[in-house]
Amino acid sequence: MITVKYFANLKSIVGREEEKLDLGAETTLLKISEAISQHSPNMGELIREKKVMVSVNMEMVPLDAVIRDGDEVALLPPFSGGV
Amino acid sequence: MTTATAEWKVRIQKEDFNVNDEIELMKKVSRNIGGVTTFLGTGRAISKGETISKLNFEHYPEMAEKKLEELRQKAIKDFGVIDMSIIHRIGEIDIGENIVLIVAASEHRGETFKACEWAIAELKRTVPIWKRETTGSGEVWVSPTP
Repeated sequence: MITVKYFANLKSIVGREEEKLDLGAETTLLKISEAISQHSPNMGELIREKKVMVSVNMEMVPLDAVIRDGDEVALLPPFSGGV
Repeated sequence: MTTATAEWKVRIQKEDFNVNDEIELMKKVSRNIGGVTTFLGTGRAISKGETISKLNFEHYPEMAEKKLEELRQKAIKDFGVIDMSIIHRIGEIDIGENIVLIVAASEHRGETFKACEWAIAELKRTVPIWKRETTGSGEVWVSPTP
């Protein structure tokens, strides 16, 4: 299982904070975006259009990264900490 | 290489912090400290022409702390400061309240100014923290600012 986490405004787009996806031993962000599109087409599109950043196990990754079973994927809108 | 950090040096917390206490903690790190520079970020009432009544910060637990620690290590390595502490608050924050504090300490002032300036810019760019502002027209997640 892959855990997908959503933050900030993305939570209201998908209507949840996280979800579990079973996409086999290895998968890609494209396949994850397609699975997410089944319940949230807008979110799937944001991933494919590179409008969100992605981390895997808390490290930023490019959109062609390989995702493995057990990984924690987070979808991150642009950061706005500080002041 | 990442070395173990005393817990007080990198923190994300709901409660307020005391700037003087944080400076005193930093001064105890080394007797070679001859200069301490701080950056304090506070909640302001106007943003992009809108009056703000309240701020709210959210973070990605563990990853945000990890990124702050990476910033601290890089400041020590690249700017030659003796040490740095970084504290960021989350949750609801009123106008005028403390949001973020960076304390940089070194033998001389030059590297502390540079390290502080760099650290706040990098924090905004690389640490997964998000700000939501409450204005007269509702709540809005903030886009990054330079």
